[in-house]
Amino acid sequence: MGKLFAVLLTIITAVSMYIFLSRTWWLPHDISVLGHGIDHQLMETLVESGILFVAAQLVLAAFVWRFGGDGDGRAIKTFPGGAIPMVVIATLLVGGEVLALTLVGTKVWSSIYQAPPDPNALRIDVLAEQFAFYFRYSGADGRFGTIHPELIDEGNGNIYGLDPANDTTARDDIVSASLVVPVNHPILLSMHAKDVGHAFYVPALRIQQDFVPGLLIPLQFTATQPAKEEIVCTQLCGLGHYNMRGYLEVMPQEEFDQWLADQASN
Amino acid sequence: MADSASPSPVHRDTTEKLAQLKHLPPEGFLRTHVFSLDHKVIGKQYLDMALVAVIVGMVLSWLMRFHLGFPETPVPGLGTIAPSSGAGGVMTPELYLSLMTMHGTIMVFFVLTTAPFAGFGNFFLPIQVGAEDMAFPRFNMMSFWVTFVGFLVLLAAFLVPEGAPISGWTAYAPLSAVGKDAGPGLGLGQTLWAVSIALFCVGQLLGSLNFITTTLDLRTKGMSLARMPFSTWAWFITSIIGLIAFSVLLPACVLLFLDRVGGTSFFIPAGLVISDRLQPHSGGSPLLWQHLFWFFGHPEVYIAILPGFGIVSHVLPAFARKPVLGPRLLIGCMAAIGFLSYTVWGHHMFLSGMNPFSATLFSVPTLVITIPATIVVLLWIGTLYGARLRFTTAALFCIGFISVFVSGGISGFFLAQPSIDTYLHGTYFVVGHFHFVMGVAAMFGIFAGTYFWFPKMYGRMMNETLGKWHFVLTFIGVYCIFMPMHYLGLAGNVRRYSAFTDEYMKGSLPLHRFITYAALVTGAVQILFFINLFWSRFRGAVAPENPWEATTLEWSTSSPPPFDNFGTWHPVVYRGPDEYGVEGPSGDFRMQAVPDRGGKGAPA
Amino acid sequence: MSTANPVITSSPSRTGVWVGIAAITMSFAAFTSAMVVRQGAAPDWLHFRLPPLLYLNTVILLASSATLERCRRRAASGAGPAAAIPWLAASITLGLLFVVGQALAWRDLAAQGLYLATGPSSAFFYLLTAVHAIHLLGGVVALIYVWFRLVRTEANNVPSALGATVLYWHFVGVLWLYLLLILAIRL
Repeated sequence: MGKLFAVLLTIITAVSMYIFLSRTWWLPHDISVLGHGIDHQLMETLVESGILFVAAQLVLAAFVWRFGGDGDGRAIKTFPGGAIPMVVIATLLVGGEVLALTLVGTKVWSSIYQAPPDPNALRIDVLAEQFAFYFRYSGADGRFGTIHPELIDEGNGNIYGLDPANDTTARDDIVSASLVVPVNHPILLSMHAKDVGHAFYVPALRIQQDFVPGLLIPLQFTATQPAKEEIVCTQLCGLGHYNMRGYLEVMPQEEFDQWLADQASN
Repeated sequence: MADSASPSPVHRDTTEKLAQLKHLPPEGFLRTHVFSLDHKVIGKQYLDMALVAVIVGMVLSWLMRFHLGFPETPVPGLGTIAPSSGAGGVMTPELYLSLMTMHGTIMVFFVLTTAPFAGFGNFFLPIQVGAEDMAFPRFNMMSFWVTFVGFLVLLAAFLVPEGAPISGWTAYAPLSAVGKDAGPGLGLGQTLWAVSIALFCVGQLLGSLNFITTTLDLRTKGMSLARMPFSTWAWFITSIIGLIAFSVLLPACVLLFLDRVGGTSFFIPAGLVISDRLQPHSGGSPLLWQHLFWFFGHPEVYIAILPGFGIVSHVLPAFARKPVLGPRLLIGCMAAIGFLSYTVWGHHMFLSGMNPFSATLFSVPTLVITIPATIVVLLWIGTLYGARLRFTTAALFCIGFISVFVSGGISGFFLAQPSIDTYLHGTYFVVGHFHFVMGVAAMFGIFAGTYFWFPKMYGRMMNETLGKWHFVLTFIGVYCIFMPMHYLGLAGNVRRYSAFTDEYMKGSLPLHRFITYAALVTGAVQILFFINLFWSRFRGAVAPENPWEATTLEWSTSSPPPFDNFGTWHPVVYRGPDEYGVEGPSGDFRMQAVPDRGGKGAPA
Repeated sequence: MSTANPVITSSPSRTGVWVGIAAITMSFAAFTSAMVVRQGAAPDWLHFRLPPLLYLNTVILLASSATLERCRRRAASGAGPAAAIPWLAASITLGLLFVVGQALAWRDLAAQGLYLATGPSSAFFYLLTAVHAIHLLGGVVALIYVWFRLVRTEANNVPSALGATVLYWHFVGVLWLYLLLILAIRL
């Protein structure tokens, strides 16, 4: 029984690792400035924890193989050195890994979330609702119109609850169902939700951020190549959650300018 | 009180007096089997309820898995059970979400908390410390019945017109707080959810109160803290964690309930427009719910898993025939995990818009908590070194526990880092992680406990052949189900979706099908366990007093124990719980309650 | 005060009450932190003056603690249950009077147009006072149970539940002082 289990565990470990290493299911290509930092961190963690995983499972399998059965009358043995070496190893090995990962990881994290907003960033106001994303560009005046929740009227097309009659800044605001951005240009999203919690997730950008009703949450990214990617919601928001999707279109600056001009004239 | 070499006479007097007051033999069916004050009956009631709950939860997961693997194929019979949301057998997205919410809630609360903690703990903690019963038998009875009513209230959510809640087991506000405007299932169903969880908290608080007091005050002569079995230690630590965690979830549920029915705005901010209606709320904080919930929610993971730690540490030495390596260290690590579990809740909220600096702060203890967990695992593996392993089903489930706990724990390294969580949060990687570490590992602990203690609880042995088949197939099955979820997560496959209509996720369908097949087969394998359980309960070989040659007090009384646990005999404890691999009077072990020279019942 | 009777000191009911106090304290800590967060979450906190009746209620509750302490000492002194029961009855009456007083304070507030859903400050007021009253009524039930035990026991034999319940009752009193403080001031 012990030997069977040991073989079984070894096979499971080998197959699990093989599929990881074969990269059959793997991260999508990376189109963001910060993506390689996250990928690097992920790979590092994968290697270190992969080693720990294989070592722990194989030692377990080996001990179960070796020390199975009590019919042979052999005496029990204590682990060489007792418990203390274990603690030292665990603390040094895992503690060291923890420390390394934290130090490197903090840098990656702060580069995403703690970096001051780029003054040249293109500001886009993102609204999430059941079950769609909307993106608002400020238009020629560079200012966003104020939102009045009581004016929100989907039937009327007033998704954001703007008041162009009285609010001049709102008149040239451009609302789009897709997030269209120029390539290699920093983008600053300002995220808010209309109804319940949602999240913004673009795997190729390696970013994910919750929308929390009542809060205005900033999020920065820079896309490095033209692409069309899906934006999905990852925070349970109701029955249409699985179908809540938008598109990110990254295009060269000239094309983007043209797109924006077309939108403004509509 | 803690120093038991010479327990104060006062202590004994009180115990005996209590015993006299408490132990009038029960009369009649109701008092004996239903509203029983006997901790053993209550423990069995908890376990039976958990058995019903786990079957319900498992069937729900089958339905979900079936839908994920075969989104267009009708489920036989679903149209009959759920005529509106499962018309024609193909489930609607809201039915999928309600099954998911109920699966999570039932499994986390009514299986993983009740079975290893309230179930086994109730039955064995008093016996293991040598007490006649819990300190407060009436509270104990209330604990079960309040929890049971909570379970019924939760199940009732299936029957209300709008259906069961769809906001997940975490019930994030405002989705869970604003009422039925936000979607089906968020009306009465969600209110019932809040009531059910509040009742559950009350039940578990009463239980924790009993566990702590019994451990502190009702230990028999000679049972010092250092001599308590690891399982008792684990239940004791768990009950302290539970006392704090449920004390916080209860107010949170009260606030949620008031937001739903009282018109208050604790969690609902101003200006929400839902279903084209401006909500009449203002000023609440959705993050407040997340903080309160996860302050409970993360320790809850340890409430589910620490009893498993205790069971493995208790059962493994009995079949390795040697003591656990570093016993004090093991207890220290369990206590450290319990303490640290209160410092890490924010790691569930890295992406919630919290201050990025606090994400770093929460990340550190989250990674640090892996150190005591690693030490515990190493101590178990070190215990196997040089052992004389007896491969009973219980021992196999302990070894399996170590394997799946390692697998689940290691994926935690990824999620503990905010920068990687930025990518993996909300994907199947998380689903794979927590199912391994708290679902499967805790279930393996429950299985180990069942195969180990069944003879003591029912006086009959379980079938070992059936048990070993159950183990091997389950072990393969859980890896086939949950390991692929990590690959899905790496590919960015989002969780809590009832269908994958997005282009980039369509490639994951073959893997989802594979998981579905694995889940259905592994679920079917559990029938072996159920058959074994019921057959053995009535037809199993009659169990001797100490079938496993184990040392602790539960093996010094009859199988099953009399209603006052030890009859006229007052057990006295002479040594620690872990004396295996030594020369004893009847083999390679020395029992806690047997003095060096004499037999049972030596002078008190 | 716990040295008066060693049997009471080591009783599980006393340990149980301490554990219960820990749990209740934790619950109210959660309520308090919710209150702090809620006050900072939005500028809609309407601070209102507490009904003056609350201060009278406070005096009543403190008086009940004093009479109950008197009851415990009478019982422990060996004077027999007959000497202790009047004080116990007085404590129960004062406790119930406190709850009635709280209900009157609610009516007072409602008359000013402040209801549960009016604003966060009134919501917390009703919530915290109600939850406190439930805990106090739990104490009343325990005192009635102690009454039955006192009647049934022989002289010089103090039921351990008495000491434990007195401890709990004092705690509920201190809890009220705390709640009064956080309701009266802005955190």
